[in-house]
This record gives sequence, structure tokens and C-alpha cells, in this order.
Amino acid sequence: MADLTLRRALPADRERVLRWLQEYGVYLGVALLLLVNIAFTPHFLSAENFRTQAVQVAPVVIVALGMALAIGSEGVDLSVGSVMALSTSLVALYMGYGPWIALIVAVVGGAAVGLVNGSLIAFIGVQPIVATLALMVGARGLALVLLPQLEDIRDPGMATLGSGEFAGVPYVVLIAAALALVVAFVVRRTTFGRQLLAIGDSRPAAKLAGLPVRRVLIVVYVVCGVLAAVAGFLATARLSASDPTSLGNLMELSAITAVVVGGTPLTGGRVRIGGTVAGAVLIQLLTATLIKHDLEPSWTQIAQAVVIILAVYAARERGKR
Amino acid sequence: MAAANEPPERHGPDGPGGPARPAGPPPADARDVRDGGPGDAVPGARDREADDGVRIGKDVRIGKDGRAGEDGRDGAEQRPAVLSVRGLTKRFPGVLALDGVDFTARAGEVHALVGENGAGKSTLIKVLTGVYRPDEGELSYRGEPASFATPLAAQQAGISTIYQEVNLIPLMSVARNLLLGREPRRRGGLIDFGRMHRESERMLLDYGVRVDVRRPLAELGVGAQQMVALARAVSAAGRTDVVVMDEPTSSLEPREVETLFGVIGRLRADGVAVVYVSHRLDELYAVCDAVTVLRDGRLVHTGPLAGLDRLRLVSLMLGREMGEVRAEGLTKFTGDHGTGEEPVLRAEGLTRRHELHDVSLEVRPGEVVGLGGLLGSGRTETAKAIAGALPLGAGRVTVAGAPVRTGSTPAAIRAGISLLPEDRKSEGIVPGLSVRENIALAALPRMSRYGLVSEARIDAVVETFVSRLRIKAASPHQKVGELSGGNQQKVLLARWLAMQPKVLLLDEPTRGIDVGAKAEVQKLVDELAEDGLGVLLISSDVEELIEGSDRVVVLRDGAVVGELTGDDVTEDRLMEAIAAAAEPGTAPAPAPGAAGAKAAGHG
Repeated sequence: MADLTLRRALPADRERVLRWLQEYGVYLGVALLLLVNIAFTPHFLSAENFRTQAVQVAPVVIVALGMALAIGSEGVDLSVGSVMALSTSLVALYMGYGPWIALIVAVVGGAAVGLVNGSLIAFIGVQPIVATLALMVGARGLALVLLPQLEDIRDPGMATLGSGEFAGVPYVVLIAAALALVVAFVVRRTTFGRQLLAIGDSRPAAKLAGLPVRRVLIVVYVVCGVLAAVAGFLATARLSASDPTSLGNLMELSAITAVVVGGTPLTGGRVRIGGTVAGAVLIQLLTATLIKHDLEPSWTQIAQAVVIILAVYAARERGKR
Repeated sequence: MAAANEPPERHGPDGPGGPARPAGPPPADARDVRDGGPGDAVPGARDREADDGVRIGKDVRIGKDGRAGEDGRDGAEQRPAVLSVRGLTKRFPGVLALDGVDFTARAGEVHALVGENGAGKSTLIKVLTGVYRPDEGELSYRGEPASFATPLAAQQAGISTIYQEVNLIPLMSVARNLLLGREPRRRGGLIDFGRMHRESERMLLDYGVRVDVRRPLAELGVGAQQMVALARAVSAAGRTDVVVMDEPTSSLEPREVETLFGVIGRLRADGVAVVYVSHRLDELYAVCDAVTVLRDGRLVHTGPLAGLDRLRLVSLMLGREMGEVRAEGLTKFTGDHGTGEEPVLRAEGLTRRHELHDVSLEVRPGEVVGLGGLLGSGRTETAKAIAGALPLGAGRVTVAGAPVRTGSTPAAIRAGISLLPEDRKSEGIVPGLSVRENIALAALPRMSRYGLVSEARIDAVVETFVSRLRIKAASPHQKVGELSGGNQQKVLLARWLAMQPKVLLLDEPTRGIDVGAKAEVQKLVDELAEDGLGVLLISSDVEELIEGSDRVVVLRDGAVVGELTGDDVTEDRLMEAIAAAAEPGTAPAPAPGAAGAKAAGHG
């Protein structure tokens, strides 16, 4: 029987551990990193440090919320980073009318990109990765046409938004938290959220059940674009400058990482908002830890890769059953 | 090799059971035998008899007795066991899928594995083929203890499996699919296409498939694709001792079924152990030598199939007494319903290129209209067109007199049309969502206000239907993908009933679900019609179609070719309508077409 592989039965415990890891591993990871830092990183336990970390992670969280919806619908949105750039260009151009008008224009710009994404996907049937890749290139191009070079933003309102805080918590962080709550509520409690999950899980079944598949998909990508535009607006406020060349670069990858590490399967049908937020925080903490211990930035990237592989492994092993 | 010598000897005495015992490789032989068999001249008549099952059983028994005379009962027992399990136990979270099951597959024997859904058949097969590893129990292969770590290991050891769904690459050529990964090569590593094509043509001829092997696989019928999968599996293993077939005929044409039976006969003659899973009793009696019945994960019965009559087999599967089963008949339909006057559904001139030609039909409230015809006759397309799931070239649909926009599922649903699709797994359920979410799916907007879902309203609806349809789930929050086929179908029914439809289109509502659930679904359909719903019923199960329908519209090649009403709604008339509809060239007499339809029809 040389051709038979003899192996003992897979312990059922392993299955349970993997399931647990996919569900809660991201929280465990955050907790571990916090403990490690508290123990070994000097000055880690300071309000100032936490504030810095939170401010840095806020835009990623906001973009990742939209990404979670796109991935939950069995799609992906690669154009989010470019939408941030488009947003910052529009903000610079319309700042003359005041921050509110600038925000509205930026959001409309993000929505427009999302509308094009969604229409390509829902009506023409282009694969999400291809459709949003086109917009990823196109939107950044447009952003650079609108604003070819870096421009300083000197607006008191923007300055307050970027660096102000309420009860010790920066506005940017409060906004990200509020958006996360809203998106979580939408996913759980609205018809839109339920329909989104059904469409992500089985598109043919959702269609035959009479669900408005196209409308839902378009809304998903519009929301994704709007959230990216808001993130771009907030980043502009924090930097007090508009830089369409570099703003949002590789943001799509950070957002996808947060979603995946947070335990949302790429196969659609599930959206985990809490996990997504934790995923973004995990990556942020990991980066901060390595930087504070004077490791090269390249090590950060390698560490991120390891975390992503672990997350995908846990999801895969579970799916195999 | 006693086994190898048997079939030719059995061939003669078999007579009417001929197709069950195709001796040699050419499946055409099998068909000839069937055509010549006097018993098949009026196949419907045989089926009409009250003791239908017993008589068919007898036909088969003649064949078996013939063999028993040669080998003796003990001789059959002495066939070498190829693959066996003892005390097999497999647990899943919250479920004991297999509980100390014994099973033995013997060389040159076709072994039927039957049971209701949830009986443990699939789990057993998956253990045998290396997909799952058992929690307890001994697996022994060719007389030695064995354990397969992966399906590949099992395959390499000589255990081939073909599933309902074909796992091949649709856009590659037939030949490449067949020889993928072991293409004949020229010097220098280039693929020798000439040899590859010749070899694959020869391999497929053995399986009764004559196709251009250069064409993409996707262009073949499902049956031919299955044959390619089987040929690939058998040839890839080098030496095949066991072939497992999991509901191989569920999407086959009658002609393809006969080809498959021919192949099974050949495998048996070669001394291969065949494990055959099917819900169709006719098929079991046609091809199987032995049977193992599972129920709720336990072994209920194992032994030769000959001598076990149909009612006994059904009662073993159901775990009910014979009298009960007999009293209730084989289907749950009562048949006649009082019907209203004005049609609730009227479809006129439905036309779609290559698929539907001017199909018109009416359904009155409280009426069950059957849609008869062979596979590919346009039944599913008609239902989908009415439900707005297929764009139409021409045609009108009205519900209760009001026109419905065609080509729009939401419009059809708003008008009160509900479709239970044929492909339950990929088009019906949303597997990752819970029972509750699946039931609520279509009616979500009705159970919401300002886009916010009312959990209380959903709970109420779900509770109502779970108890009314007797949906068996651990909790409403269990994933639908984890339920048995019958319960999945009930969840889908609940989804549509929550929409309070006027017309229910049922496309193969009982296909692939166990006997008990089947009876329940049939009963439900009856009740719904009595409540005044218009029902359009599609079923390949002739018995179900006839007993369930008040009227049957017969389709062929996408066009209506006949309608049975009143006393004409009988299996005989349906056979005649279908047989008359068959191409004159392929059916010299009504018999073969009708016989074929029956072979494929019973579920």
C-alpha cells in the first residue's frame, strides 16, 4: 500500500481553533500587540501616543468600511486611493467657497467615480477588479489634471477639523468611529444590508428572488467612493495641504488588508465591520511597534505580509471542511 | 474472473430487464435488447398496474436468479470485498452523521446506497473517497487497513468518483480534459495533439460517446460531460477497483441514462465494484445487485436487491410500516382540485430564439397544471420566462387579467408570480445566510419601513412557516447550506409563500430530495392549490406529474405539442404524447422513447 497515505484523523479541535481564530483572531492580535508594547515600548502608555495612532488609522478605517461592503458583495474597489487624491484636488479648488462647499464637491466627485464603477459592474458586467482598476488610473489622472502640484490649504475651519479634538479625542477619530457605527447599522438592520449579503453570497439566487441586484451594487460602489472622498477630505485637513500625487497611494491595499485581516471572506456574503476596524488598528499598531523599535520600514511590510497570510490561511482552512 | 464471464450468460434470460444487463461495451447493444424486449412494448401499461413495483422487481429477479443458479447465493457472497468499512462513525458539530456503519463493496457488484437525505449517504461516500476522515471505524481496501488522506490519494489507489456536477474545465477541448496532466508528448516536451486526439476518441468510444474531441467540453451535453469525467477518472487511476457514482443520472437524458447503464455493465464485467447512489427506484432495480439502506446515520439494511420488493425498500428508507406506505400511495397528491373559472395566469405566444416557440398556457386558481416533456423540451425556460428571469423575443404574460412586464423578475414577483427554480443549490438558496434570512429574503421590503428591517415581523413570518412547512433546522439561525435538500426546498417554499403569491411555478420541486420530504412537499403543493393558488408543476417524475396535475401541457423542442385534460391525464397518455412528439427518425416505435422517458422519469 505504498500509494496510500496513512494519517491519523484530523482532530476536531483544530477546526474549532481555526474557526475561533478567523472570528476573533484579529482582536487577539490587537490585544497581544498592546500588551507587548506596554511591556517593552517606552512611552507607549501615553494619551499623546494613542491620539497619534488613532489619527493615523482613521482614514484607513473610513476607506476600509467602504471596501468591506464592496468585498461583501463579492467585489473589490481598487479606485479608493485615487478617489482620495481626486477629493483632495477638488477640496483645494473649491476651498475658496468655504470648507462645507469643498466637502460637498469632493463627496459628489467620489460618488461620481463610484457611480461609474457600479454601472460598469452592474450593467455592463465588467469584473469589479477590472472596472475599478480603470478608475484607479483614471481618477488619479483627473486629480493631477485638476491640481498639478501640491497646494497649501490655509483655512481656519480646516485647521480645526484637522487638529482639533473633543473631550480629548480628535475630530478625525470621532468621525471615523461614527461612520463605522453607521455602516455597521446599515449592514445589520437595513434591507440594503441584507440584500447586499445575499447578493455577495449567491448572485443568481438573489436575482431570482427578485432582489434589485443592480441598484444594490451601484449603491455599494457609490458608498465606497463617498467614504474614500471623505477620507481624502479629512487627510487634507490634517495635512493642511493638498497633494494629489501622493495622497492615497496604496490606500486600496491597506483597506483590503484591514478587511481581510478582520475576517471578512473575499468570497462575499459576509461583512464584518468590527473586524475591519480592528484589522486596520492591528496593522497600524504593528507598523508603529516596529518603527518604535528602530526597524527598517521594509520590515514593516514583511510583517504585514505575514499577518495577511495568517488571516487568509485561517479563512482558507476553515472553508476547506 | 468469474465475474467477468457472467454478463454474456445473463444476457439471454434477462429479456425485458435487458437494459439492466448490458453485456459488452457497445451500449447500442443494450438499446437493441431493450427495443426488442416484448415487455417494453407498452411500458406505460406495466406501470399502471397496482403491483407495478413488484412486477418490475420480478423482471429483474429473473435475471438475478439466472445468475444465482450459476454461482449460488453463497457464490455471490464470496465475491471478494474490495472496499469495506466497519463501525464507521463521523461527527460534525452538533450532528452524528454516521453511527457505526458497516459497508462492503465487492468486485463485480453494483451496490446501491440509498436513504433519505440526511441518512448519511454523502458522508459515507466522502469517507470512502478520502474527502472526510472517519472519527471511528476501520476502513479496509483490498484486504488491508487503509486511510485516504486526500481525494487524490483515494483516486490514485483506484477509487474513482463521479458526482452530479462535473468537475472539468468547460472551455478546454474534450481531449485535453480527458488527458489533462498526462498528455502524450513528442520529443522536446511538446504535446502530441494527433496522438492525444486519437487516444481520447478511442477512450470515449468505450463509453458510448462519439464526439469531436477537439471541441470545447462545454459544447457537450451534461451526460457526455459526465462520461468524459468518468473516463478521465477511470483512466487516470491506471487501475480502478471502485467507482462511486453519486446520483449520476439526475441531469441525464433517457438515452444518456442507457449509455451510462451500458458503462456500468461493462465495469461490472471487468470486476469493478460500483457504488451507486440514486433516488430513482427504477434505476436501482435496473442496474444494482446489492443494496445498503441508511437512515439517520445508521445502517438499516444490507443485502441483495433481488427479492427485496419496492414497497419494502421504500419502507426501509422511510422507517415506516408497509401498510402505511401503501395506504398513502407513492405520491402525496390527491389529484383533483376545484378550479375557478378565470385564469389567474395566462401566458401567450412566449417566444425566445432557439428555446421557445409560441408557447401559450393558462392556469386557473386552485388548478395544478403540469408541464410535461423530455429534458430540454423548454419546460424550465417556459417557467423562467413567465417569472421574468429570461428576456423574451415576443409574448405576453397576464396575472389575474393584468399584464406583467416580461423580462423583469421584480415585476413578475410584484404581480404575484413565484418561481421555485430547478437548480435549488445555485439559484435558490443563499447558502451562507441563515434559514431566517433566506425565508425573509424576497419579502424584505414588505417587512421593512424606511429601509429598516423589522426583526419582529421577520420572526413572526419565519415562525409561522417553519412550523407550517415543518422545516427541520437546529435553529432559525442555522445556515441553509447545512440543511438537507428537502428542508432547503421547504425554506424556498416559505420564502415565496411569505410573498403571498397568486401563481406558483414549481420546477422539479422534489428532485434530489428524500422520499419523506418529497411526500411532504407534494402534500404542501396540494394544500396550496386547495387554498386557491394557481400552480404550474414541472417534474421529470412522470408519476408525480400525473398524480399531481389536473391538466398537463406537453412540450417538445420549445413548443406546445399537446394537452391532456380530465380522464386523459394518465401516464399512458403522457407517454403517448411525448413519444408521438419524439423525432420520427430516432423513434421507430413509441416504445423506446416512452421507455426511456420512464427510466429517467422516476425519482
